[in-house]
Amino acid sequence: MTEEVEQTVALAEGGGDAAAVDVDDVAVRFRTRKKDVLALRQISLSVATGEFVAIVGPSGCGKSTLLKLVAGLLKPSSGAVRLHGDAVTGPRRDIGYVFQRAALLEWRSARRNILLQAEMRHMPGAAARKRADELIDMTGLRGFEDAYPHELSGGMQQRVALCRALLHRPPVLLMDEPFGALDALTREQMNIELNRIWRETGTTVLLVTHSIAEAVYLANRVVVMSARPGTVTEIIDVALPAERDYAETMGLEEFSSATTRIRRLLGAAPGAE
Amino acid sequence: MEHGRTPTVPAASAATVAGVAERARPGIADRALETLARSWRPLALLVACFAVWWVVSAARLVEPYLVPSPGSTLQVMRDKAGYIWHHGWVTTYETLLGFAIAVAVGVLAAVIMVYSSTVEKTLYPVLLFAQVVPKIAIAPLFIVWLGFGIAPKIVVAVLIAFFPVVISMVTGLKSVDPEMVQLSATMGAGPLQTFVKIRFPASLPHLFSGLKVAVTLAVTGAVVGEFVGANEGLGFVILQANGNLDTPMLFAGLIVMSLIGVVLFLLVEIAEKLLLPWHASRRGDAVTTTY
Ligand SMILES: Nc1ncnc2c1ncn2[C@@H]1O[C@H](COP(=O)(O)OP(=O)(O)OP(=O)(O)O)[C@@H](O)[C@H]1O
Ligand SMILES: [Mg+2]
Repeated sequence: MTEEVEQTVALAEGGGDAAAVDVDDVAVRFRTRKKDVLALRQISLSVATGEFVAIVGPSGCGKSTLLKLVAGLLKPSSGAVRLHGDAVTGPRRDIGYVFQRAALLEWRSARRNILLQAEMRHMPGAAARKRADELIDMTGLRGFEDAYPHELSGGMQQRVALCRALLHRPPVLLMDEPFGALDALTREQMNIELNRIWRETGTTVLLVTHSIAEAVYLANRVVVMSARPGTVTEIIDVALPAERDYAETMGLEEFSSATTRIRRLLGAAPGAE
Repeated sequence: MEHGRTPTVPAASAATVAGVAERARPGIADRALETLARSWRPLALLVACFAVWWVVSAARLVEPYLVPSPGSTLQVMRDKAGYIWHHGWVTTYETLLGFAIAVAVGVLAAVIMVYSSTVEKTLYPVLLFAQVVPKIAIAPLFIVWLGFGIAPKIVVAVLIAFFPVVISMVTGLKSVDPEMVQLSATMGAGPLQTFVKIRFPASLPHLFSGLKVAVTLAVTGAVVGEFVGANEGLGFVILQANGNLDTPMLFAGLIVMSLIGVVLFLLVEIAEKLLLPWHASRRGDAVTTTY
């Protein structure tokens, strides 16, 4: 049933030992009628297959832009982006993307929004529906499958978008502040779920977040970006085991040293979140 | 809530998730009441208009040959029901055909224009020209070209209804959230799939606001076509009645014509509600309420 879907993962992983995501000295310049904006400059980043990388940085520093670059939704002004070794020249379908705004279709119920992924990819119907049900249960959306987006809360909309991005078990998952609209507790639960999904599927994950704790709890490495024009200030290795208990992790020495370091880099006061 | 009080939801569909319960479908009587509650105001206004009309003619404020009484108008409508029915149907038929063609051609033109900016730049001035030239002025030309039959009426109806369809559809197709299109690209969808599953449905609310304008204009178009040369249709009825100073018949014609327009408008609105329930509720036309 799910073999077809699993195959994509296997295929992608079998693509040699090239990094899953490779961003090589990229710059992005936006040209609008009134001004030129240099959003990113000299960005280089290499993400190994199966790695979890979180990206933090001040608002407007180009995090979303970086993610869209990797997905092939934007073209770099200079430099190159590679996914599993081959150059990204246009939109890539071997990814799952969670947009910063949920980007749901208003005329589809939650479940049909999730299944859009399956329809577009011509996935076998029964398997896709079963997978959607799993995801709905996992994200706590049960009971709201038939609700339209305008009937859902902001956090629920984000969870629908997350389910949609996970439906086809993508080898690379790109997430742009997927939990921004969630309350602290649900956010913790979603973090724990995401950690579990990542461990179980071996998916490569790039996660943009504003929460330093979330970044450190989830990631192998945290990329700290500078204000616009965005560039990589530092990449922090998080020396924590893959399987992480939430409360326990928060109390670990490695955890607090990493968060403190990131806070410093972002220029915030050590105690502030 | 106090325990012991029966909840207002049927027990059979007790809450599925915390705080959420399915609602039973309202009965016919409930729905009729709701419709009445929603529509009594315009009905009351209509009755008031009739009352004023009745007072004006009963008090002889104007001569009956200028403004007939409501009674004599209704009398004509009853006596000549078959005649009015026949001509009313002709006008309706022309309107519907003209509207259908305008929608088909308009939507197609809009799609092509949105996907090709060359076509858009070429076609827009032509469209604009076709829109600003007064249809009544060119209608006689169509009679010369196409004869006295139904064809020239339909052409005028199409010409007049076409513009709002194109404009609304172009606006709709262009106002799709670019992130939706990007989303579609990450799913590996081609242009056709993106159009069918995202662009087209997203443009429907705009299209429907154009359709509502277009359908009322289509009635005008058909009648204008009949004015310049016809032996059938409400336009013809009104011209004849005018020539005979038969004001009751003239008023009857006007009333039926307005009714056709209103009914067609309501049909488009009902179609919109049925096809786009998500949009109607987002706009805040009932559906979701707190209590
Ligand atoms: N389509 C666009 N056209 C013009 N400028 C753009 C466009 N998209 C982004 N920018 C500019 O690029 C810069 C980076 O934008 P981006 O959305 O990547 O920021 P971000 O880091 O995701 O911010 P946030 O944390 O607030 O989401 C911003 O200054 C923004 O104004
Ligand atoms: Mg962003």
